[in-house]
Amino acid sequence: MSHPSDKELDASVARMLMIGVSIAALVVFAGGILLLRQPLIPIPDYTHFHAVDPSLRSLKGITASAFRLNPRALVQFGLIILIATPIARVIYCIFGFARQHNKLYTGISTLVLLILLYSLSKGAH
Amino acid sequence: MTVLLFSALLFGTSILAGLLGALTGLGGGVVIVPVLTLLFHVDIRYAIGASLVSVIATSSGAAVAYVREGLSNIRIGMFLEVATTLGALLGAYLTARISSHWIAIVFGIVLLYSALASFRRKRAEDISTTPNALATRLELNGCYPDAGCEVEYTAARVPLGFGIMFGAGTLSGLLGIGSGAVKVLAMDQAMKLPFKVSTTTSNFMIGVTAAASAGIYLSRGYIDPMIAMPVMLGVLTGAVIGTQVLVKTRPHTLKMFFGFVLILLGFEMIYSGWSGRI
Repeated sequence: MSHPSDKELDASVARMLMIGVSIAALVVFAGGILLLRQPLIPIPDYTHFHAVDPSLRSLKGITASAFRLNPRALVQFGLIILIATPIARVIYCIFGFARQHNKLYTGISTLVLLILLYSLSKGAH
Repeated sequence: MTVLLFSALLFGTSILAGLLGALTGLGGGVVIVPVLTLLFHVDIRYAIGASLVSVIATSSGAAVAYVREGLSNIRIGMFLEVATTLGALLGAYLTARISSHWIAIVFGIVLLYSALASFRRKRAEDISTTPNALATRLELNGCYPDAGCEVEYTAARVPLGFGIMFGAGTLSGLLGIGSGAVKVLAMDQAMKLPFKVSTTTSNFMIGVTAAASAGIYLSRGYIDPMIAMPVMLGVLTGAVIGTQVLVKTRPHTLKMFFGFVLILLGFEMIYSGWSGRI
């Protein structure tokens, strides 16, 4: 166990979380501005659940429309960056533990990553 | 209601939720769902989707401060994330199968529990320092800075803590909340970790736990941009202000007030679920 490198790992994890959340918030904000360009239209009925449009549910659909600056897709794209932030943190930790030659925790972090990827792939179908 | 008014009201409410959540340490997510369903009459599935993304935002935002101060334990967090992510998968699976009445009732019970947990008087800390075989093999130990000196600790009752964490993950995936109160229970009470380490490590884990069910929510269409946008930005703004204003002091009266709000919302959720209004 080497404490200096534990501290280094801590600091770089903190930095990457901050970057991820900031970018996500900016993209969601930009989408929000575009979304409110027609401020006076009534809101759809949210009292009953109908699930959002299929194009706003998959990574492929969202990225395609987000690059065409579709406001709703842009918000979703920001939210995907947000969801990706903790996942990137786990990947970051895998490399961090590997550099510390901590085989046990490189393995445990990889297991957490696999569970996350499994859930995302379940989500994609 | 117009789009502008709807987002403005949601944004304002979410700032307040994020602020109170950060100041009391209970997180903003726990009030977002009841407020959206009871006040704005939004379907509970949209509410859960919006709450979950706001939970990822606040947890990752606040983790920055805690991790930098060396308070949260990345190894303990990572190990317990195996339990919470598996639990979150189960929870997200259950949301599609359980009726919204039951989700509302379970939500109410969790609100009442969170309120009670926040009222509990902080007793003298019972920190485990004697190493046990499992904790040593899993390297579940560390030290944290407290009033200038380093305090060493090691985890006790690892299997029990792991089990409670699985439950915390399930609740998080089912209800779209961080379930910080249950995570703290697992670390502080079961594993006898220092309170500061428990709360900050819990916060650090919430993002990963929530990400495990967020993908499933997104593909099921629970995350609507019109609702999630003001909620995510509002809760994040509130939480950032909250952590800036008061990093360490958690005012007692505010905490009591927030606890009573949670109790009211808890009973209202149970009643609404029971009577079929949700």
